[in-house]
Amino acid sequence: MDASELIVLIYVLVLASYLGFELIFKVPPTLHTPLMSGSNAISGITIVGALIACNELGYSTLSKWLGMIALVLATINVVGGYAVTDRMLKMFKKK
Amino acid sequence: MNTGIQLAYLVASVLFILGIKYLGKTKDARKGNFVSAVGMLIAIVATLVTLDILTLLEIGVCILIGSAIGLYYAYKVPMTKIPEMVALFNGFGGLASFAVALSDYYLKSGTNLASLDAVNLTSIVLSLLIGGVTFTGSMVAYLKLDGKVSGQPITFTGQHLLNLVLLLAFVAASVLVFLDPTQITYIVILIVISLLLGILTVIPIGGADMPVVISLLNSYSGMAACATGFILNNNVLIVAGSLVGASGIILTQIMCKAMNRSLVNVLLGGFGQTVATGGADGPAVVVKEIGVEETAMLFDSASSVIVVPGYGMAVAQAQHVIRELMEQCEKRNINFRFAIHPVAGRMPGHMNVLLAEANISYDKLIEMDDINEDFSNTDLVFVVGANDVVNPAARTNPESPIYGMPILNADKARTVIVSKRSMGKGYAGVENELFGYPNCLMLFGDAKQTITKVVGELKEMA
Repeated sequence: MDASELIVLIYVLVLASYLGFELIFKVPPTLHTPLMSGSNAISGITIVGALIACNELGYSTLSKWLGMIALVLATINVVGGYAVTDRMLKMFKKK
Repeated sequence: MNTGIQLAYLVASVLFILGIKYLGKTKDARKGNFVSAVGMLIAIVATLVTLDILTLLEIGVCILIGSAIGLYYAYKVPMTKIPEMVALFNGFGGLASFAVALSDYYLKSGTNLASLDAVNLTSIVLSLLIGGVTFTGSMVAYLKLDGKVSGQPITFTGQHLLNLVLLLAFVAASVLVFLDPTQITYIVILIVISLLLGILTVIPIGGADMPVVISLLNSYSGMAACATGFILNNNVLIVAGSLVGASGIILTQIMCKAMNRSLVNVLLGGFGQTVATGGADGPAVVVKEIGVEETAMLFDSASSVIVVPGYGMAVAQAQHVIRELMEQCEKRNINFRFAIHPVAGRMPGHMNVLLAEANISYDKLIEMDDINEDFSNTDLVFVVGANDVVNPAARTNPESPIYGMPILNADKARTVIVSKRSMGKGYAGVENELFGYPNCLMLFGDAKQTITKVVGELKEMA
C-alpha cells in the first residue's frame, strides 16, 4: 500500500469517527441497550473481509478455513445482532 | 476494485450513518435498525458480486449456519440476559476480525510476500491484538455476567506488572514479525499474548463495573473491524468500525461519569474487594421493617410514586408485576414514574429494555438529571433491587468509596420503601445509610412475590 492510499484510509477513519461521536451523543439513554446491540451488528461488517478470505478454491489452505470460521462468526454477529435489536425496539412503546 | 462496488460500499456507509441517526429518536429507532441492516445487505451482496464467487457453496453454507445460530439466540434470549448475549456476540465479532487477519497473513506470506508491507503488517498485528483481546475479554465478561464464573474481582500480586510485561513482549514480537514476516513462530507468540491479555484485563473487574467493560469491549470490536479495513484497504469496514468504536467510547465515558470513577480506576479493577474490608467495622444500620398490607396502604394513600429499579429487579423478574402495581396506582390517579440511574443494571439502558418488555410506556422512564429535583415533593419512593445508586453516603460521607458518585435523591421523599431480599450489601460492598433513615422502611422478601401480594391487597381495597 502506498502513502496516498493510506492517507485516504486515515481520512475516512478520522471523519467517520468524528461523525460517530456527533451522532451517538444524541442517542437518548433509554435506547443505550439497543444502540449497543445494533452497533454490535454493524461491527459484524467484518463479514465483508470474511467473504473475501473465504473465496479461495480448495480446502487445503489454512487461510481458507480461517475465512470460513470468520464468516460463520461474523454472520452470527450480523444476523443475531440486528434481529435482537429489532425485537427490543419493537417493545418500546408510548401510550 | 471497480467503481461499482466502491459506490455500493459508499451507499452502505451512508445507511449505517443514517441508521444511527434514526436511533436518536425513540419513535424512529426501529426504522433506523432496519436502514442499517439494509446497508449491511448491500455491502454483502456487492462483495459477493465482485468476487466472481469461486466458492458459492461454502459461502452459502457458512452464512446459513451463522444465520441460524444468530436468529435462534436473538429470538430465544430473555430480556434479562441481553447483557450476556451482547458480550457473547461482541466476542464473536472480535474473533471474526482476528480470523480474517490471520487468514490474510497466511495467504500473503504463502503466495505474495511482497504485498506484506509495513502498513499491512501493522494492520495485521493490530487486528490480532484488538480482535484477540475483544474475543477472550468478552468471553470472560460473558461468563461473569452469566454467573458461570464468580462476579467478584479476581486479583493477584503483580497482576498489572504481568499485563505490562505481556504488552511489551507483544511489541517486541511485532518488531520481529516486521523483520522476518515469514516466521510463523512470532505470529503464534502474538496470538497467545493477545488472547491472554483479554482474559487478564477483564478478570480483576467486578460485577458492578460490567456496564463499563461491555461498553469498552463494544468499542474494541469496532476498532478491530477498523484494523481489518486497513488490512484489506476497504473503506466500508473503516466507516462501520469507527462508528461502533465511537459509540462504545461514548457509552464507556457515560458509565464512568455515572460512577464518578476514571476509566483507569475501573480497568485496574478490584473495586468491591478493598471496600468490603473497610465497611465491616462501621456501625450496623438499624432498620424498620414493613409488611405487605401496610405497603399497600401507603401506595393507596399516596398521590405521587417514583419507582427506582435496579439489577435486583431483573434477577427477581419483577418487572411484569411492577406494571400491575403501576396499573393499580393509575386507577387511583397516582402519578407513577420510574427513575433510571445510568448504571442501573448490567449494561447501559438495561432497565429501560426490561420495563419496555413489561409493556411500560417509555415516557414513564425518567433519567436521573430530569427527576432528581422531584423526589423532595414525592410521597412514596419504591426502591426495587437497587442499592448503591440511592446511597446518600455518596453525598454525605467523604470516607465512603462511592463518595462523589451522582445518585438518585430517593432519601428526600416523604417515605421510602426498599424491596430487598435480605440485608446484603450493594455490589460496591458498602453499607447503605438510607436503610437506617427515619423515613425508610424495608420490605423484605423476593421482589416478585412481595409485590404480587401488594398488588393483591390493592385490588381488594379498590
